[in-house]
Amino acid sequence: MGKTKNKSGPLARRPDNSAFKQQRLPAWSPMLTANTVLPFFYLLAVICMLLGVWLLLLVQSTQEIKLDYTDLGNCNECFDLRRNVSNAAQTCSCRVEFSIDKSLKGDVFFYYGLKNFHQNLRRYMDSRDDGQTLGRIKNLKKNPSSYCAPFDKDNDGVPIAPCGAIANSMFNDSFTLNYHLSSSRSVPVPLLRTGLTWYTDKNVKFRNPRADNLTLAEVFEGTRPPLYWQKPVYSLDPHDPNNNGFINEDLIVWMREAAFPNFKKLYGILNRADPIFEKGLPKGNYTIDISYNFPVQHFQGRKGVVLTTLTWFGGQNHFLPIAYLVTSSLILLAAVVLTVAWWKFGKDGKNMKE
Amino acid sequence: MGQSHFGSLCVKEKKQEEERYVRANDRPSNLSYNYANNAIRTSKYNIITFLPLNLFEQFRRLANAYFLFLLILQLIPQISSLSWFTTALPLILVLSMTAVKDANDDINRHKSDRQVNNRMVNVLIDGVLKNEKWMNVQVGDIVKLESNQFVTADLLLLSSSEPLNLVYVETAELDGETNLKVKQALTLTGEMGDSIEALSAFKGEVRCEPPNNRLDKFKGTLTVNGQNYGLDNDKILLRGCTLRNTEWCFGLVIFGGPDTKLMQNSGKTKFKRTSIDHLMNILVLCIFGFLFTLCFILAIGNAVWEVKEGSVFTVFLPREPGVNAALSSFLSFWSYVIVLNAVVPISLYVSVEVIRLGNSFFINWDRKMYYPKNDTPAQARTTTLNEELGQIKYIFSDKTGTLTQNIMTFNKCSINGKNYGELYDFSGQRVEITEKTQKVDFSWNKLADPKFDFHDYNLVETVREGNPEAQAFFRLLALCHTVMPEEKKEGELNYQAQSPDEGALVTAARNFGFVFRSRTPETITIMEMGEKVTYELLAVLDFNNVRKRMSVIVRGPDGKMTLYCKGADTIIYERLDHSCKRLMKVTTGHLNEYAGDGLRTLVLAYKHLKENYMEEWTQRHHEASTALEGREERLDQLYEEIEKDMILLGATAVEDKLQDGVPQTIEQLAKADIKIWVLTGDKQETAENIGYSCNMLREEMKEVFIVAANTPDGVKQELQYARRKMCPESAEEPSVTKARAGLFWLQKTETVQDEQVEGDYALIINGHSLAFALEKDLELELLRTACMCQTVICCRVTPLQKAQVVELVKKYKQAITLAIGDGANDVSMIKAAHIGVGISGQEGMQAVLSSDFSFAQFRYLQRLLLVHGRWSYLRMCKFLQYFFYKNFTFTFVHFWYAFFCGFSAQTVYDEWFITLYNLVYTSLPILSLGLFDQDVNDRWSFEYPQLYSPGQLNMYFSKKAFVHCMVHSCYCSLVLFFIPWGAIHDTVRDDGRDLADYQSFALLAQTCLLVVVSIQLCIDTYAWTTVNQFFVWGSLFAYLAITFTMYSNGMFLIFTSVFPFIGTVRNSLNQPNVWLTIFLTSLLCVLPVVALRFILIQIRPTINDKVRYKTQVEAPPAPAPRRPVRRVSTRRSGYAFSHSQGYGALVTSERFLFKRPLKSLLAFSAQTETPRPQLFRPIPE
Repeated sequence: MGKTKNKSGPLARRPDNSAFKQQRLPAWSPMLTANTVLPFFYLLAVICMLLGVWLLLLVQSTQEIKLDYTDLGNCNECFDLRRNVSNAAQTCSCRVEFSIDKSLKGDVFFYYGLKNFHQNLRRYMDSRDDGQTLGRIKNLKKNPSSYCAPFDKDNDGVPIAPCGAIANSMFNDSFTLNYHLSSSRSVPVPLLRTGLTWYTDKNVKFRNPRADNLTLAEVFEGTRPPLYWQKPVYSLDPHDPNNNGFINEDLIVWMREAAFPNFKKLYGILNRADPIFEKGLPKGNYTIDISYNFPVQHFQGRKGVVLTTLTWFGGQNHFLPIAYLVTSSLILLAAVVLTVAWWKFGKDGKNMKE
Repeated sequence: MGQSHFGSLCVKEKKQEEERYVRANDRPSNLSYNYANNAIRTSKYNIITFLPLNLFEQFRRLANAYFLFLLILQLIPQISSLSWFTTALPLILVLSMTAVKDANDDINRHKSDRQVNNRMVNVLIDGVLKNEKWMNVQVGDIVKLESNQFVTADLLLLSSSEPLNLVYVETAELDGETNLKVKQALTLTGEMGDSIEALSAFKGEVRCEPPNNRLDKFKGTLTVNGQNYGLDNDKILLRGCTLRNTEWCFGLVIFGGPDTKLMQNSGKTKFKRTSIDHLMNILVLCIFGFLFTLCFILAIGNAVWEVKEGSVFTVFLPREPGVNAALSSFLSFWSYVIVLNAVVPISLYVSVEVIRLGNSFFINWDRKMYYPKNDTPAQARTTTLNEELGQIKYIFSDKTGTLTQNIMTFNKCSINGKNYGELYDFSGQRVEITEKTQKVDFSWNKLADPKFDFHDYNLVETVREGNPEAQAFFRLLALCHTVMPEEKKEGELNYQAQSPDEGALVTAARNFGFVFRSRTPETITIMEMGEKVTYELLAVLDFNNVRKRMSVIVRGPDGKMTLYCKGADTIIYERLDHSCKRLMKVTTGHLNEYAGDGLRTLVLAYKHLKENYMEEWTQRHHEASTALEGREERLDQLYEEIEKDMILLGATAVEDKLQDGVPQTIEQLAKADIKIWVLTGDKQETAENIGYSCNMLREEMKEVFIVAANTPDGVKQELQYARRKMCPESAEEPSVTKARAGLFWLQKTETVQDEQVEGDYALIINGHSLAFALEKDLELELLRTACMCQTVICCRVTPLQKAQVVELVKKYKQAITLAIGDGANDVSMIKAAHIGVGISGQEGMQAVLSSDFSFAQFRYLQRLLLVHGRWSYLRMCKFLQYFFYKNFTFTFVHFWYAFFCGFSAQTVYDEWFITLYNLVYTSLPILSLGLFDQDVNDRWSFEYPQLYSPGQLNMYFSKKAFVHCMVHSCYCSLVLFFIPWGAIHDTVRDDGRDLADYQSFALLAQTCLLVVVSIQLCIDTYAWTTVNQFFVWGSLFAYLAITFTMYSNGMFLIFTSVFPFIGTVRNSLNQPNVWLTIFLTSLLCVLPVVALRFILIQIRPTINDKVRYKTQVEAPPAPAPRRPVRRVSTRRSGYAFSHSQGYGALVTSERFLFKRPLKSLLAFSAQTETPRPQLFRPIPE
């Protein structure tokens, strides 16, 4: 044990006199004394209170409209239609109406939301091939990852692109938001359908296979779209050719699995170029035309849309402000109890006397 | 240690040897029996077998096997909820670390094997002496050994250079005793001498017992020319001994290599485990139970979910072929076993070992436990017992060499009513004698022993002036004893005393000018003030326990006959002449003073004898000593008759020198509520004396009970008497708590409750009584009584009884015991106790070799226990508590998440985080907690020995603490899951993009967790050193750096499937939302702990809190000054005989005087090494 030292003489084996070896490292021993603990608690209570109030005001300043359209209005029919899987090929569209009492100022974000849809199941989450969506030809045309099974190849053995259960179950309702200037005149609310994803997703994680002067359709030749898809991956967005293939933003948004079964995903952002919507969504009546494709009754789920404005703190989530306020009051309570305990028992170190 | 695996297999295959048959000088015949040759192999592996064997051994450890099992589980794709690397990485790391350590150990063993096997020895082959390697020596060979050589194998001694075919061997390596032992060859073989022809023609045949490990027994026969000769242990030289003072000897190899008794004895050390180890095993078992319960709950959850929701979700996620809800839930059970296995991570075992190792190094490194005089640092020989040092409740201590230095010094004397040996300054104040005090110069006496120290000039002057009493005093000391002189060179005297006290007295006489020079059975020659005088030794009236005195009758050169007597004061006083009345009074005063100082006293007296009376007495003495009946009584009567009307000369006071700081250490340990029992082979008086001088027995004690009965009933009565006296209301039957403990609660335990006693008592019990008291029916009686006493001293204890006492306390007190000793006779108790401490000093190494910790001085024990032990225990407990906390918290979060992810065994964190959490992110901070934490520094630890008691009561870590820890973890995990959940589940980034996705949530949850456990670590740390802080911050920083790297574009593009979390850090850690969440979770996790601890400190401060508070408000205590202890005692002094009777007869018998003739002496004068002085230790049979 120990290293052999080449010391000689009568004290050859004497240990070194270093602070480390003699366990004399300089140390600060903080103690929980009244002088430190009590002010600390009161201070924290105040900080939490201020934070809570501030956040609450922030959250209150945002506006949010939630609409569950699962079986709302004439979507009821589509809901029934989708109940039967054999009708999957039939199209169905419906319209829901709502009104905005107070105009949504600033950027307005349009989300679709699902309830009770478990994107976070282990096998579901594993069922994807990042190599394929990165545009690797091998994963695309030959062998998608075995994790994608049973959505890796179709019955003919042709690889599916994008493979896996996640892609296969992509949310495929589409929405058109209309603003009714008057009872007869309506304008479609322009939504930006790009810029919905993380920069890294769009530019690094998802890439189309190298084109080499081929069109996207040619690149994807030799693959099949996922079973539940009506359109192949290279024509997901008919309007924007640059938004197709694996870098289609709806796909990317969907592929970023939600942590919890109830979630919302960004569908579009209000394009404020139009003078009507320059300041956001004015108050008035709105309708949403929905191409109703995604079946939810299988998993007893619901779906809806959310229109919201944001602050730096994100959307309208009251949880944190309230949690801070509650915490603040708890800390305050604790501080008072501690003060009393200290006053009764520990003042001037009387509890420390033997 | 032990034999190789293959080796043991081979042994099993070989038929059990029933008798050994060896023919001298007949290799072919001996080889046919396939006896092992003299090569030894203690190494376990060679290059080829290393990997498979080592892996096999490692996987025999339950923990490793368990992780292998997990790894296999993870390789099943249906079950694997985590990638294989999460388990494989730590496992490989641990396995390779252990393998490297094992390989290193084995290489060392190979080296030492090679060194031993390649030693050279002269072997008689084909009539020629050849220099051969040890490993080539075969059974039946005749080897020649020379002085100071190691004995090659177990040999039958054939002949030797010494008269009577004697050889002298030192057996230190075998039994630790450094005194020389004598072996004697058969006369028949001895006649061969060193004649090579005779030896090579020797055709003896030996039949003997098969190889065994009994060092003290040997049975066999030697057949030469049809004649049988019995062989016993006296004729056997064992491997491991060293030949001393013997020019050469020849021996016949009987057992070689692995068959030798030395090798048969090795490798049987019992593996000691600490109580924390046991607790940990139980806890780990509980955790497994708990883990499986959790998994079972989750599996049921999975089944329910699969039926209710999974079945309708199959559209999106079809089940795998053949899997239904039941199978799925079964699979998910195992998946969750994998996910939740972090509750018992492999790093737990590794970290515990590392912490113990580190704390052992601190012991090795401690300068305050280093003894400069013989350059001995403290040594932790076992590195796995440290924390137990903080829980010691009982210390069993040897006396000689442990409490005392085993050095007797002639300290004071009273001659003719005058006290010598003390120094006074001019004002008449007594001066403390220290090492710096000037010593008396004995250079006028050429034969003086230079090591003898004396400080009082007056005595020398008195003697040199020719004061008759003083001269008579030292003449007596020079004549009346049983010491053997040894004069190797002219003037270089060496005394071999049976008891160190006698040696001290004779040495004193030597230095004061009365040099005992030589003795024959009939004469004693002394140099009286430079003049050679030979006395005729007429009779030795030997010492025994009843007489408590010894006398010699000598005739001086002037023809006068004198009886010189020394003995215990009480005994001698009864036999003094009336004329000594006044002198007796004065001497009594001195004796009391000496006794108060803890000195061992003897009273000296003489008597002139008349010629005619003596003649007649001698006649009767002769008759009595040859009488067949009643010899003892008749001799006693004769002695009694002649030893009366003696004239008092004075008294001697010999100091059985305590080691430095022994009383202070004992006082400190007593304050720490540690009970010290002294178990000594010495006699009662000596032990008692030491008890007083080291403060274990005190004048103010209410009573000191002495149990010395010779029957079981007597012992019982005495024990019960003592108990009633101490505690009249104590129950007849002891209150015994029965419990079950151990793994699977298989072990039944019975604990005898402590009983409260008012005041201090002490118990002294002697060997005979102890033997009875240790019987089944009395052992509880003994234990109860002994445990009521403050001090327990057992005298005349055999090594076995020492172990029995330790076992008794271990068995019925469920307390941690420590045994400390220095000699071979302490080995049994050192091995029996939970912790054995060896004093590495003068005596052999046997005690040290079987000990767990060793150091040079008894006083270091307080530092070992009160500082190192306490810290180790504190650290280990904190470590375990924190470790379980951090891993439970980590794991429980998965449990809560299961309710959101359909019980699908989805993990909350990134797989890499799971892999690295225990391995990298939290390992160093927690190690630094386990290595550097101190509640208060060492000075305060000494100042308040009470700080030690929580360890004895298991207060820092127990099952209860474990439950607390679980509750705490449970709370924290709730916070750590639900706060991030609430904060994130319906939120988006400030630019509207995703923040509630799985990857962001994972990142948030793991960051919160890491921040919270890091803060918790800081709160748990008492002493924030730079190292601690560096590790904490460094770990957090490493976490960020590693996470950034793993989530970077490059890593994703290279290892696409391994690092799918690309960009998560960049996209979520820039959100204020995330940081606010981290802040809130930290507050909610940490503040309740702070508040609770604060309240506890206010309402119920522990001793630690109090002392820590003191450290804040008071200056650090100065090291306590050593205060001299001085008492004047009215107690009757013990007398200074520590040897047993019968030596008187020996010194006068021819047999004992086997000293070498001068011829061989001269031959050895060139030899530089002088044998160490023999220190005889009385070990009663």
